[in-house]
Amino acid sequence: MNRPANIPASTCRDAPILKERGQREVFCGLTGIIWLHRKMQDAFFLVVGSRTCAHLLQSAAGVMIFAEPRFGTAILEETDLAGLADANDELDREVARLLSRRPDIKQLFLVGSCPSEVIKLDLARAAERLTQIHAPHVRVLNYSGSGIETTFTQGEDACLASMVPVLPGTEDRELLLVGALPDVVEDQAVDLLTKMGIGPIHVLPAPRSADAPGIGPNTVFACLQPFLGDTAAALERRGARMIQAPFPFGEEGTTLWLKAIADEFGVDDATFDAVTAAPRARARTAIANASEHLRGKSIFFLPDSQLEIPLARFLTRECGMVAVEIGQPFIHKGLVGPDLDLIPAGPTISEGQDVEKQLDRVRAARPDLTVCGLGLANPLEAEGLTTKWAIELVFTPVHFYDQAGDLAGLFSRPLRRRALLKLEERA
Amino acid sequence: MKLTVWTYEGPPHVGAMRVATAMKGLHYVLHAPQGDTYADLLFTMIERRNHRPPVSYTTFEGRDLGEDTAGLFKRACQDAYDRFKPQALIVGASCTAELIQDDPGGLAETMNLPVPVIALELPSYQRKENFGTDETFYQLVKALAGPVEKTPHITANLIGPLALGFRHRDDIEEVKALLEEMGIGINVVAPFDATPHDLTRLGAAHINILMYPEHAETAARHMERTLGIPFTKTVPIGVGATHDFVAEVARICGVEPKKDLSRLRQPWWSKSVDSTYLTGKRVFLFGDATHVQTAARIARDEMGFEVIGLGCYNREFARPIRQLAKEFGLEALITDDYLEVEKAIEDAAPEMILGTQMERHIGKRLGIPCAVISAPVHVQDFPARYSPQMGWEGANVIFDTWIHPLVMGLEEHLLAMFREDFEFHDEAGASHHGGHAPRAVEGGQPPVSEADSPRSISESKTDMPAPVETGTDVMVWLADAERELKKIPFFVRGKAKRNTEKFAAERGVTEISVDTLYEAKAHYAR
Repeated sequence: MNRPANIPASTCRDAPILKERGQREVFCGLTGIIWLHRKMQDAFFLVVGSRTCAHLLQSAAGVMIFAEPRFGTAILEETDLAGLADANDELDREVARLLSRRPDIKQLFLVGSCPSEVIKLDLARAAERLTQIHAPHVRVLNYSGSGIETTFTQGEDACLASMVPVLPGTEDRELLLVGALPDVVEDQAVDLLTKMGIGPIHVLPAPRSADAPGIGPNTVFACLQPFLGDTAAALERRGARMIQAPFPFGEEGTTLWLKAIADEFGVDDATFDAVTAAPRARARTAIANASEHLRGKSIFFLPDSQLEIPLARFLTRECGMVAVEIGQPFIHKGLVGPDLDLIPAGPTISEGQDVEKQLDRVRAARPDLTVCGLGLANPLEAEGLTTKWAIELVFTPVHFYDQAGDLAGLFSRPLRRRALLKLEERA
Repeated sequence: MKLTVWTYEGPPHVGAMRVATAMKGLHYVLHAPQGDTYADLLFTMIERRNHRPPVSYTTFEGRDLGEDTAGLFKRACQDAYDRFKPQALIVGASCTAELIQDDPGGLAETMNLPVPVIALELPSYQRKENFGTDETFYQLVKALAGPVEKTPHITANLIGPLALGFRHRDDIEEVKALLEEMGIGINVVAPFDATPHDLTRLGAAHINILMYPEHAETAARHMERTLGIPFTKTVPIGVGATHDFVAEVARICGVEPKKDLSRLRQPWWSKSVDSTYLTGKRVFLFGDATHVQTAARIARDEMGFEVIGLGCYNREFARPIRQLAKEFGLEALITDDYLEVEKAIEDAAPEMILGTQMERHIGKRLGIPCAVISAPVHVQDFPARYSPQMGWEGANVIFDTWIHPLVMGLEEHLLAMFREDFEFHDEAGASHHGGHAPRAVEGGQPPVSEADSPRSISESKTDMPAPVETGTDVMVWLADAERELKKIPFFVRGKAKRNTEKFAAERGVTEISVDTLYEAKAHYAR
């Protein structure tokens, strides 16, 4: 009963992928800092970049909650570009100043940007050097959030992957959940798995560096997000094994995700059903209510958060929508394969972007709902298309049973609003 | 290398985007990596633009770097021309593309596109957004505006208004109305809604109205030099400045300084008795130089405030702001370091901040009311209603905007009268602000206690700047005096405490009694 009821005969797994290159209307990986710094409470993210990087972070964050947030940009100036030795000295000085002012910081991430990569500033070496200087109090790691290497949520992948090599080793059989989710959702997941008798459970990233999970040949892990390919590969290099499953969006996705883990830990069906029956029923009711306005409606995903394929699976199978095109910045079948398996062939699967051409396809298809970034939403609304801005899907708790209704609601609200407003002149 | 947490200005290519987005029929081809497209959302979300900025990004990736990024740029240029058929193109590089030195201007030139192509050199590692706006507009004017026959009747160009400007949309209408009163027609408004073709007609005007020196001063000087068009130096924000502006325009154009003051309500609103409570309100001003300059005069001469601090974030205008501060007996704060501004405001402990959206955050943290007078902007700075800053209606709007965050006159008396009443307790704040009571300023302490300051989770207490107080370490408030101090309404209690301590310190008094309190009160009574 926990298997998907209707595995389609021909699925999107084998569908041809439309690969495009051109102007991309996406954020770079630096954006992930906005949610990562909230999750890791003793970490500071120091972007080594330009004024553009600082401006992006400020614009994407939208709100300036803290006077001194746990992220900042070391802005490269003309003099730094003149000689690399100087840039390293400058960086050491800025880091020393920062750490002396912020003794609460235990992990410092040097985050590479487009300019730091083009001038080949070696942040890996800088991180090693700075770790030696500031050990044992602070560990300094580095990753790239640059637009020339990463897109939007890939920044989280790069960050978590950078942490894997320094995780302590362990021989214990443990479950590791991978991905930075809001606490409320993470707690729900841990609670459901614990009730099935699965444990010990750890999460990467841990809220504090002292609680960093151990890793070893007996570790099994499950990704919470579909964009953590490099992190998964790094964990596998440490001997851990990945549990593959569709991602935990919606009632079906959550059940399949939990079931894959339950099977790994030998949980019997009776226990599984006893733990999941009530929240599953709640999720079904909530989805049924929220998806009233979604059934039969067409949807077009522009590439943005990397959540597009799992969300399309949820919206088509559980909310009755019809996908026209599902675009993702890049497609990692090792991660989203199980989701692709469940989507019947039909929609165009596209990878990468040439935004003008893709918008031509949107205009030709005139979908009922277009999922896109903030730069495109109002212009498309002005053309009479209804949109859902994708960034909300990353910032809002949308995983697991008790958020399944909210997730459907995020998509139905723009449609309900459009139906509700009577703004035109009536003859 | 400089550590920055929040910035007042973006990079210079965002300034170029603000010019391009304000215009029609112009397209900007920007050599930039993936991710730089974030800037589109500033226009579509903050300003609620219903179209995408007319910008094509080349979106190069790591794998392109060893290959042909120049070819990528030329393709993007050709595609942009073919698709959008603009009257003119501007081309340039963002910070990363500047490093790979592909020379977009030179590349575009070799393509022989059938429209003017204007190359922008915007040094990303030295300059900022306002340089980008000013330089881009100047380059456009230099390339497109030549000598043309003057219009037969007297006309003006309005220059400077652009995308993401603070109330530029409505300021244009006000300035047009002021000019119409004097019988002066409008030749071109630019960059706002202008086409490249419109820019070729700039030379037909008799006067340039330099609305925003930050964005168009270089162009104004260029047109004065090459086309002989004089430009205005007065920015008509505030009653006095608007009178001066009309006089200046009339003098330059040789026309009567005709004014229609029938819509101007600000002077009476300021004179009416309810406004008495505004007298001597201690305000701190920070923003772009033009808005701070005009706001300082309004604050002092038209509202009766006391300006206790002022400054600007754009260094290009440091000199006039230092001069202005001197006139007010102050030291100007010229910085783009947000933490420095916060510290200065905390130390000055004003009763109100007139600043940008950045200072609004500072105000929220410190519990100080704030009204926004300048960019950088936020979605709420683009109201649906008509809401100019310039001209007569602008003066009315500013009066309303500035008093809104304050406790109103009559209400202030009621608060004092019923301060023991549960509904009117000290924390209640202004009744028109829902639950957002301004935090009571307790004595000379930093207004936010360390325990509930957001900073306290991330900053060591030992590093907190010591509260700047004159001699509090040796000064003791006797119990009676402390009780008496508590009876003073919270919104003046901070000032009363500071004044008393200053009074005591000057006289070498170390124990403050009720008498000291009232002697100080008499001393400072106005």
